[in-house]
Amino acid sequence: MSQAALGATVGASSPAASPVGARKWRAPTYWPFVLPAVIVVVGVIVFPWAFTLWMSANEWKIGGASNFVGFANYARLWTDPRFIEAVWHTLYYTALSVFAPLLLGLLAALIFHARFPLRGILRGLFVMPMMATPVAIALIWTMMFHPQLGVMNYLLSLVGLPAQLWIFHPNTVIPSLVMVETWQWTPLVMLILLGGLAAIPTEPYESAELDGASRWQQFRFITLPMLAPFMLVAAIIRSIDALKSFDIIFAMTQGGPGTASETLNLYLYSVAFAYYDVGYGSAIAVVFFILVVAMSVLLLYLQRRAQWNEIRTDA
Amino acid sequence: MKRGLLANLGIAFAVLVLVSPAVFFFLWMLSLSLKFEIDNSSYPPVFIPQQFAWSNYQEVFNSNRFLLYFWNSLVVTGSATLLGLLVGVPAGYGIARMKAMRSAFVILIARMTPGLSYLIPLFLLFQWLGLMGTLVPQILIHLVITVPIVIYIMISYFETTPMELEEAAIIDGADRWQVFRHVAYPIAKPGVAVSFILAVIFSWNNFAFGVVLASRETRTLPVAVYNMISFDQLSWGPLAAAALIVTAPVLLLTMFAQRQIVAGLTAGAVKGG
Repeated sequence: MSQAALGATVGASSPAASPVGARKWRAPTYWPFVLPAVIVVVGVIVFPWAFTLWMSANEWKIGGASNFVGFANYARLWTDPRFIEAVWHTLYYTALSVFAPLLLGLLAALIFHARFPLRGILRGLFVMPMMATPVAIALIWTMMFHPQLGVMNYLLSLVGLPAQLWIFHPNTVIPSLVMVETWQWTPLVMLILLGGLAAIPTEPYESAELDGASRWQQFRFITLPMLAPFMLVAAIIRSIDALKSFDIIFAMTQGGPGTASETLNLYLYSVAFAYYDVGYGSAIAVVFFILVVAMSVLLLYLQRRAQWNEIRTDA
Repeated sequence: MKRGLLANLGIAFAVLVLVSPAVFFFLWMLSLSLKFEIDNSSYPPVFIPQQFAWSNYQEVFNSNRFLLYFWNSLVVTGSATLLGLLVGVPAGYGIARMKAMRSAFVILIARMTPGLSYLIPLFLLFQWLGLMGTLVPQILIHLVITVPIVIYIMISYFETTPMELEEAAIIDGADRWQVFRHVAYPIAKPGVAVSFILAVIFSWNNFAFGVVLASRETRTLPVAVYNMISFDQLSWGPLAAAALIVTAPVLLLTMFAQRQIVAGLTAGAVKGG
């Protein structure tokens, strides 16, 4: 049999079929496959982590000498009002841009789970914002948000709402940016939840139907609980990405007006690459990193607990 | 299951509401890029102009060394993706076969780390090595994007390929490399396509690395477009045209490879959580 034919028949088998007898393959002979990646990962990922940690313990300006100061940079963080403000901006921005895409993504997934004509093409259109180049998008949104000439205020006027200053006013800048972020990333939540919906078996619905459960009850007591783990995964990914959001904020407002939309990432950029204070910048990076990991671990913990509770009620 | 007319209308309406923000945005982008300044600065806004300003595109290609920046983007994304595949595909295989899922944890944390925190140390390193002013720093730092994507997706593909074939090949006297090359790799080829597409898209779209590392000669397209806002170009038409040109390759790829992208994102994302 030819190689290609072999590949085709095997490739067609369902991915659910798990490898049998895989255990005895645990052998160190696979190291050569992994080694190049290990070198690259150490070079561009692990080395920067370690070096950042080292720099954060130094007073270090680009072009100047470094000098060891221990935890002084970290101590400085707590007395830096701009840093504290950036933390709040980041949390505000993140909370909104997790919540909104999750809600809309759930609605979108429920709708795209139904069968209707042109579904593939329509889903493709829906997914496009996620794949488009963020800077290009930000540029167009900036034009659309323009208070006098922008199409957004025109659309508001069509439904009788007053004109807004959008990203040009301190009070509306973060919600406006979140709007762009939501527009862009709701599709990812939708895709994850669509995967979850596809994994729900039909039996519970059939028996619920027999028992006379309404559509809402089916959604509330079957769909939602079974989708919960997927929603948590989506929430984790969304919070990681929202915390790290940079391109859109930088290209649209650069943290402005004033510092009204300056998140941790934006502040980090200013400190390290506008003021060249890489020691202090590294300390911000470390704290920022801890924040991201802490958030993910918290959500993962919630997921574990949710699953644990499910198992207990089943038993 | 059959739906009534009312339910069908409801779904049609819901789909319309869902898709319209995306469709409207991209149509508006196109409209902005095809209008003269007079139309772009008129209120109420003009959606379809009397005269199309094709000259906006002409202007973009003529000015600002746009072609150089296009070439830079191609080189950076192309090299980073190929290197990422070269390194990441075997690594995904090795990790899947060694059942060393814990090592994939490093990749997970890499996904969580803010991109800027790689930039500070690598910026200093590249400066020290005297590499600034070339494309090498950007190619290397784009590996931060491509390698984790490729490894993660390939792990999930190699995990699901059956072991019987590989065992049979070993019994027939093939060494590990031959097993990988002639048995495992051909089966996992769809995974390679998926990771190739996603690596290309995310590397092409990257902005933060370029904005720090690129000099005037080594800008990639997203950085070049950003710089147009601040320096060269104030009229909306050519700006929108430039934005459209930058994102067009990625949008085309999205339309043609939608199935792979969806598969990759759900596999990678769900596992990446």
